[in-house]
Amino acid sequence: MSFINVPTREIHCKIVYYGPGLCGKTTNLQYIYAHTNPNAKGKMISLATETDRTLFFDFLPLSLGEIRGFRTRFHLYTVPGQVFYNASRKLILKAVDGIVFVADSQIDRMEANLESLDNLQENLAEQGYDLLKIPMVIQYNKRDLPYVASLEELHELLNPRQLQEFEAVATKGAGVFETLKAVAKLVFIELKRGH
Amino acid sequence: MSVPQVMFDEEFREIQSICDRLFRDSNARVVFIVDKNGQPIAASGETENLDITSLASLTAGNIAATGGIAGLLKENEFTTQFHEGERSNVHIQIVAQRVIMVVIFDQRSSLGLVRLRMRKASEELSRVLSRLLRKAQTPGVTSPLDQITEEDIENLFGD
Repeated sequence: MSFINVPTREIHCKIVYYGPGLCGKTTNLQYIYAHTNPNAKGKMISLATETDRTLFFDFLPLSLGEIRGFRTRFHLYTVPGQVFYNASRKLILKAVDGIVFVADSQIDRMEANLESLDNLQENLAEQGYDLLKIPMVIQYNKRDLPYVASLEELHELLNPRQLQEFEAVATKGAGVFETLKAVAKLVFIELKRGH
Repeated sequence: MSVPQVMFDEEFREIQSICDRLFRDSNARVVFIVDKNGQPIAASGETENLDITSLASLTAGNIAATGGIAGLLKENEFTTQFHEGERSNVHIQIVAQRVIMVVIFDQRSSLGLVRLRMRKASEELSRVLSRLLRKAQTPGVTSPLDQITEEDIENLFGD
């Protein structure tokens, strides 16, 4: 749920990066953090296990400029992708304004992608959200790896809604900011329309 | 998508003044108020060297996780939490099921004093929040979103 602070002239929105384990959600945030002007970002927080797998969430506050004198502040979160952390994923989805679904392009991760997408739908429904209505984009990550599915296959399998979709190599930054900008824009359009 | 929460000038001033008063009366190091989604609302005290944005997000995550535990135990919620450190202690309280009040204190204060002052502050805060909620739902109250055009959105993201 976005939060508009009139006295401080700020609009806060929450974007969640969702997807199966090891698909590159944290890598997206790390790239954004490393390549953003220091004045536009806060500290990135990662609640991770000793082996650097996300345990609860990653968090990155980011400012994307001003709109009508209001600073736009986006709070980017990732969820833990591993299947058994579902209780944590539900908590992080609370009050979400926009979602980036990060899919792993590797052929042997297709089942994990589908499972995660189903899980997203279930978790959103449990909180009264409709996956079909929430601002969302899809990122096909790891395009540089061998044995990846074709774009057509990914699209057919994961994007029946015809959402905006982006190819990415998050480790090198390809597609990362394009994805973020697209979802942020959708959030604002929805905010304006829903108001 | 849910309706955005809006904070108005009058209520913001009152919440800030509750925060300031609690800071003074409890001999705290820092007092801050965040909403349950992790958005910082107000802060008082020695905030210069503190990353309030991160603290707000982690506090909200903490409350969300504790709420999850409460749910599994068939409890409605656990309204307070206390963390004891070597130099700093943190007392956290949910107010009106909507916002989180956090007091960070050291040996200059005590848990008893903090709890006592928080109780009064949470009653006051609760009243302001109820009014804020009614105001936000009143037809005719303008929000900044009214003035934002699609062109503004394009300009923000066009590079």
